[in-house]
Amino acid sequence: MTNLRTDVSTPPPGTVPYPGARHSAAAAGDKREIKIFSGFAHIALAIWGLLVIAPLIWVVLASFKSNTEIFTHAPFSLPSQLSFETYKTAWTEAHIGRYFLNSVFVVAVSTTGTMVFGSMAAYVLARYKFFGNRFIYYLFVSGLAFPVFMAIVPLFLILQNLNLLNTYTGLILVYIAYSLPFTVFFMTAFFKTLPNQIAEAAVVDGASHTRLFFQVMLPMAKSGLVSITIFNIVGQWNQYLLPVAIMQGAGADEKWVLTQGIANISVSAGYQANWAALFAALTLSIVPMIIVYAFFQRQIQSGLTAGATK
Amino acid sequence: MKHGRYPFIIGFLIVPVAIYGTFVVAAYLQAFQLSFTNWRGFSPEVNYIGFDNFTKLFQDNTFWKAIQHHALLLVFLPLLTIILALFFAFLLNVGGGSKGGRTRGVWGSKVYRVVFFFPQLLALALVAVIFSRVYSPDESGLINGLLNQVGGEPILFLADKNLALWSILAVLVWQAVGFYVVLFSAGMGSIPTEIYEAAALDGATRGTLFFKVTLPLLWNTLQVAWVYLGIAAFDAFALVNVMSVDRGGPDGATTVLGLEIFRNMQDYAQFGYASAMGVVLFFLTLTFAALTLRVTRRDAVEL
Repeated sequence: MTNLRTDVSTPPPGTVPYPGARHSAAAAGDKREIKIFSGFAHIALAIWGLLVIAPLIWVVLASFKSNTEIFTHAPFSLPSQLSFETYKTAWTEAHIGRYFLNSVFVVAVSTTGTMVFGSMAAYVLARYKFFGNRFIYYLFVSGLAFPVFMAIVPLFLILQNLNLLNTYTGLILVYIAYSLPFTVFFMTAFFKTLPNQIAEAAVVDGASHTRLFFQVMLPMAKSGLVSITIFNIVGQWNQYLLPVAIMQGAGADEKWVLTQGIANISVSAGYQANWAALFAALTLSIVPMIIVYAFFQRQIQSGLTAGATK
Repeated sequence: MKHGRYPFIIGFLIVPVAIYGTFVVAAYLQAFQLSFTNWRGFSPEVNYIGFDNFTKLFQDNTFWKAIQHHALLLVFLPLLTIILALFFAFLLNVGGGSKGGRTRGVWGSKVYRVVFFFPQLLALALVAVIFSRVYSPDESGLINGLLNQVGGEPILFLADKNLALWSILAVLVWQAVGFYVVLFSAGMGSIPTEIYEAAALDGATRGTLFFKVTLPLLWNTLQVAWVYLGIAAFDAFALVNVMSVDRGGPDGATTVLGLEIFRNMQDYAQFGYASAMGVVLFFLTLTFAALTLRVTRRDAVEL
């Protein structure tokens, strides 16, 4: 950036600046520069894209190979035969199917619970004045400032006292409890933005508080609910620390969620590991995410980034 | 409408507050309480030992190792992630040059965004398992398999003391970049194109555009990103627990506070000591967040 250049492109007073005012030679130079830059941009972006995809493709390829093939063939070579034997092993011996269903069950119940209780609390806190309102609101929101690791020891003891250790009930209640701060924070802000007139009209028509909530306010809050539901589903599906701390003890491995199950196969794989089956298990847990993402990528992106933009 | 107001309020609040109070508020309060005891879970009565846990903690080598690792992650995780994400977001949004005076993103920027974002959807535990195979020290690993093809020596990513933590950091960056590309893209998208056009007409190069226009207008988003990534740097539990050689190894070279808390709770039943670590972690996180917001405070540029 030299002064000279600035001077040249500054239009003389009195003229209207517009792009076409530049000489055609400069425009051609610009075009070439843009082409080079855009080419460079594509290379840089493609490299990162490759870095993101390559490990995933490698996992899928390896899941069809035999253990020896994994060791002796090039990483991205095609499997010598298309056999689903490894998938059978992953499903039956490594219990991926069970872990998957456990995860689906736990997340379905806990996300529903989070949304129901979270939006109920948020609604009351956003739209009703009463003694202690601010206190309860800040109690919920302050939960965002604390690291879960700090609570993990007492949480373990609390669940032990309530006989909820190693139970789905315990895990689900804990998921709900730890998802509430963000859900309440986000939904309170959302309910506050909803217009008053419609609520007033419903009240004039004789709607009770409860009906007003379920039939008027909730439908109006739909876009916020969708974002935060996705946020909670992804967060709870990917949770690792809480299930590891809670689902332990006799017979716990029957109730493990997917993250726990997969991590355990990898950690306990040891010496005579069946890597091919591990790759099959990984593929089985990645593919559903890809399918869901393919259909809902817009909603998922906005749902997950909702937290950072609020 | 006054009728039934309080029963309604109480009815709506009682369950969420009860669940939250039992599992979150009570747990955090007990963490403070437990950190002053030497309770190990057996005896019915609890002994208060003052600050003994904390003095012991500050003389514990493993603890300081964990702190050093957090410090390293705290600097490099946000730095690398934000630089890469900003770079890609900028290319995606204004890399296509201008047509008819309008700055455009590169061709196919949507596809890139979709692909980049995907790792964010995978559980860290899952990512950890994938990368513990990618990093495998023998030819079965992705990287060492490729190295083997070209006749290179295998690299012991996770077994080498000097490499292990960096390898784990790389995985964290790998997963995080896409999320911030989308976040920054959204921020850049909300910058009016007229500003870019005006700057471009004044002869601003792309570099100038980036540093003088994009960056200042994106400051708030960057701040949020830095705090988020910093908080992630205090975690890293899932990766270290799954990937590292004998949990936090080799020789404690990758251990983090989360793992030490877990180990003290699970393996040694040192509930008081583990809670003390949790309390320290809490104050570290809080200090970090407060400091970041304070130091990076700037007047937001109003549009």
